[in-house]
Amino acid sequence: MNSYPLEVQNLTVAYQKKPVLRSVSFQIPSGKLIGVLGPNGAGKSTMLKAVLGLLPKVDGEVKIFGKPYQEQRKLVGYVPQRESVDWDFPTNALDVVMMGRYGHLGWFRRPGAEERRIALDCLGKVGMADFAGRQISQLSGGQQQRVFLARALAQNAQLYFMDEPFAGVDATTEKAIIGLLHELKEQGKTVLVVHHDLSTVKEYFDHVLLLNGELVAEGTTEDTFTPQNLQRTYGGRIAMIQDFAAVPIEME
Amino acid sequence: MMFDFWIILTGTLVAATSGILGCFLVLRKMSLVGDAISHSVLPGIAIAFMVSGSRDSLLMMVGAAVLGLITVFLIQLLQQGGLQSDASIGIVFTALFAIGVILISRNAANIDLDLDCVLFGEIAYVQWDTLIINGYDMGPAAVWFLGITLLIVLAVIGLFYKQFKICAFDPALAAALGIPVALFHYLLMGLVSLSTVASFESVGAILVVGMLIVPAATAYLLTDRLSIMLLYSVLVGALSSAGGYYFAKWLDASIAGSMITAAGLLFLLAFLFSPLHGLVARFSKRRRMKSMTA
Repeated sequence: MNSYPLEVQNLTVAYQKKPVLRSVSFQIPSGKLIGVLGPNGAGKSTMLKAVLGLLPKVDGEVKIFGKPYQEQRKLVGYVPQRESVDWDFPTNALDVVMMGRYGHLGWFRRPGAEERRIALDCLGKVGMADFAGRQISQLSGGQQQRVFLARALAQNAQLYFMDEPFAGVDATTEKAIIGLLHELKEQGKTVLVVHHDLSTVKEYFDHVLLLNGELVAEGTTEDTFTPQNLQRTYGGRIAMIQDFAAVPIEME
Repeated sequence: MMFDFWIILTGTLVAATSGILGCFLVLRKMSLVGDAISHSVLPGIAIAFMVSGSRDSLLMMVGAAVLGLITVFLIQLLQQGGLQSDASIGIVFTALFAIGVILISRNAANIDLDLDCVLFGEIAYVQWDTLIINGYDMGPAAVWFLGITLLIVLAVIGLFYKQFKICAFDPALAAALGIPVALFHYLLMGLVSLSTVASFESVGAILVVGMLIVPAATAYLLTDRLSIMLLYSVLVGALSSAGGYYFAKWLDASIAGSMITAAGLLFLLAFLFSPLHGLVARFSKRRRMKSMTA
C-alpha cells in the first residue's frame, strides 16, 4: 500500500446547482490524525459525503489507496453526524454496532456469533460494554456518539471518516474518543475528523485541512494552523482566532 | 361457522402483510407514502381491468405494482424539484386516484368493477369468490392471493432483513457500505403496492391504510426491538381482525370498518397504558421523580 490513503483531485460538489465545494485537490499521508476545519457551510461534511459517494460529484476524482471508493469500501469506516439518525429506532447498542459488520457479510449472510463478539469487543474499546443491551434512546448524547464510534471500529477499516464526533459530548466521551484516535494511529490507520473547536486542534491533530468552499491550506498542524491561514479560512468571523493559533506558535 | 373462519382468516392475512410492511413505513416516517400508494394504484387496477377485460388478479397486481412505483418516483421527482414532501404526496396520489376514478366510472357499464367495492372492499363476499382450478374448488380466491402475497413479503423481508433494517435506521451508512439503498427503497414500495392490491378487494383502498399504519404504530409503542415490533404488529392486526369481525356481527355494521376501528382501539390502549412509552407510564414516572426531588 504505497499509495495515499486518500487522494482527491479537482473535487467539485453542488447542491441544486449552487457550488458548495470548488476544485478541491489534496493528498492525505498515511497513519495520521487529520482535522478538517472551516466555518459553517464551508463544505466539510459535504466533502466527506462526496468522497464516500453519498453525494454526486459535479467534477473530480477520488481515490482510496489508489483505487476508486467503490472497490475499496471495506477499507473505509464512517461515523456520520449523531443527529443524522433517529435514536428512537427500536434497537439496542449492540445491534447498532453490529451494523458496522454488514459490509463484510455480503447480500445474504446474517450477523452471527462472530459479529456479536466483534461488536462487544468494539463496545468495550469505547467503554460501553455495560450498555450493550441498552435501548439506544436511553443513552446520553456522549454514549450515543461512542456507540457510533464502536460501529466504525467494527468496520475494521484502514481509513476513517468522522463527522463532528466531538460535537456536544461530555468530557468522558471526549477523552474516550481521543484515546481511540491515538490507538487507531498507532495501528497505522488514518483518520479524518471534521472538527469545530479550534482550541483543541494543536493537541489532537498531526495534520489539518482548512476548507472554505475551496481548499485554503493543507499540511502539518505546525506549518498550516497559522493565524494567516485561519484568517483566510474564517475571514473576520472569529475574533479569537489569534488566541488559538498564534500564542502556542510564539511559545515554541 | 366456515363463513366466520374465512373472513377472519382474510382479515388476518391482510393485517399480517400490511403489519410487517407498515413497521418499516412507520420507522422511515413514510406512513403517508403508504397512504398515497394505496390510493394511486387505482388507475393501475382499472387499466389492467380494461386490458384484460377480466378480474384476473395477477394482471391487476402487476398493473398496481407498476403504478405504486410510479407514485413513489413522482413524489421524489416533485420533492427534488423543490416542493415540500407532504404537498408532493398530496398532489401525486390525489391526481392518480382521480384518474382511476374517471377510468372506472367511464367503463362502469362494460366492466364488473364497482367503485364502492374498490374503495371500501367487501370482505363479507370472500367466501363465495372461490378459486377454481381444473374444476376443483380451491377455496376463497382472496385467501390464496393474500396468502401468496404474505409469503412473498415474508421471503423478501426475511432474506434482506439486515438491509431493510440499516436502510431504515441509517441510510447514509448503508450507502457507504455499498448497500443499494434506492433498490431496497423501491423494493419496499413495490411490496406495499402488491399488498395493497391483494387487500383492496377485501378491505378496500381506504381501509388498507389503517392496516398498514395502525398496528405498526401500536407495536412501536410496545417494544424496543425491531423483530418484536414486527411480531406485535402482526398480532395486533390479527386481534383487530377477529375482534372487529365479532364487533361488526354484533352491531350488524361494516366488517372492514369494524376491524380498523378495533385496531384504533388497541392503539389507544397502547398509547395510554404501554409500560414503555404509554401516557400513564410517562406521567407516573414524572410524578415519582417529582416526589423524589421534592
